Amino acid sequence: MIAEGALALDPLVVGVILAMALVTALTKVGGLWVLRRIEVSERLEAGLSVLPGAIVIAILGPELAAGGPAEWGAAGVVLLVMWRTESILLSLCGGVGAVVLFRALV
Amino acid sequence: MTGFDGSDADHDPGDPAGRATDEPVAESRAPADERQPVTFSREGIRAGLLTCLPVAVGVGGYGVAFGMLARRAGLSVAEAALMSATVLAGAAQIVAVELWAEPLPVATIVLTTLAINLRYSLMGAALGPWLERLSPGRSYGSLLLMADENWALTMRDLKSGSGRGAFLLGTGIAMWCFWVASTILGAAAGGVIGDPARYGIDFVLAAVFVALAAELWEGRSTLVPWLVALATAVAAAELVPGRWYILLGGLAAAAVEVILHDR
Repeated sequence: MIAEGALALDPLVVGVILAMALVTALTKVGGLWVLRRIEVSERLEAGLSVLPGAIVIAILGPELAAGGPAEWGAAGVVLLVMWRTESILLSLCGGVGAVVLFRALV
Repeated sequence: MTGFDGSDADHDPGDPAGRATDEPVAESRAPADERQPVTFSREGIRAGLLTCLPVAVGVGGYGVAFGMLARRAGLSVAEAALMSATVLAGAAQIVAVELWAEPLPVATIVLTTLAINLRYSLMGAALGPWLERLSPGRSYGSLLLMADENWALTMRDLKSGSGRGAFLLGTGIAMWCFWVASTILGAAAGGVIGDPARYGIDFVLAAVFVALAAELWEGRSTLVPWLVALATAVAAAELVPGRWYILLGGLAAAAVEVILHDR
């Protein structure tokens, strides 16, 4: 059942993976570490408060721009289902179903 | 965060008209006030885990795709699983296995991972008003399990004033389990499934973010920073190699919000 070599661990590969894990861990804890050491003004806090949505939009924008009518239509379906049901799971199913359908049609 | 710095105190008296439009912003900041205690309880972990389950299932589709890509790039199932278990950063992992080649471009892979994941510092900082009131072990430990999706869910929960400091840990546990399991599934069964685009699996991540954007929308005050983020990210994706556009889009929106704060 398990393909040959599936459990292989090459020392160099493991080293690269652990280096990736280390820098990722530093980025994850780094923001809070810095924040604990500086005084945050109300103004900076307002800036931080828009980060959540802004980063989501920054990830989405180029991804959808690189897509086509099928992806845009499916994104619209996700929004619609989300607006109607507020269920992430239903939205995901609707979006994935829509993208498969639209790709077949376009 | 109740203390004013000098510049805020200077600007307040000169801007009485701006108060009314500021209200939604002030409201969303209220939960960060000292009066709202931040707890770290088993109940918080449970709430986070259950809330994140449907999202984690969606992320699982993405993990299957990653597992397949990793296997195609030449990683073993064990290596792909190890990467998912220790790195836990979807976009960076996918890009890393795209860079995978013989001989291994170690510096490129590690630096690209750092660049893609720098946004986590901003995201961790955004959780600061709540997490900084937990012990270092609890806050930093929770942050290690932070990924895009569960961070957004946690922001929503904490902004609502729940005070559940353990929510991030709960969502992180759900994310980790599904991410690792789906990676193993994708890597082990990769050859059988074929082209992920045929089943729309490649669209799962975009769909997750559209849904999260719908949840994070806070009305008209959100419009300007989002448009700035969108324009910056789309332009940067064209001009700058790698995934810097995520970081640049977020920073540009935050900068504009800081500049426009008094209006």
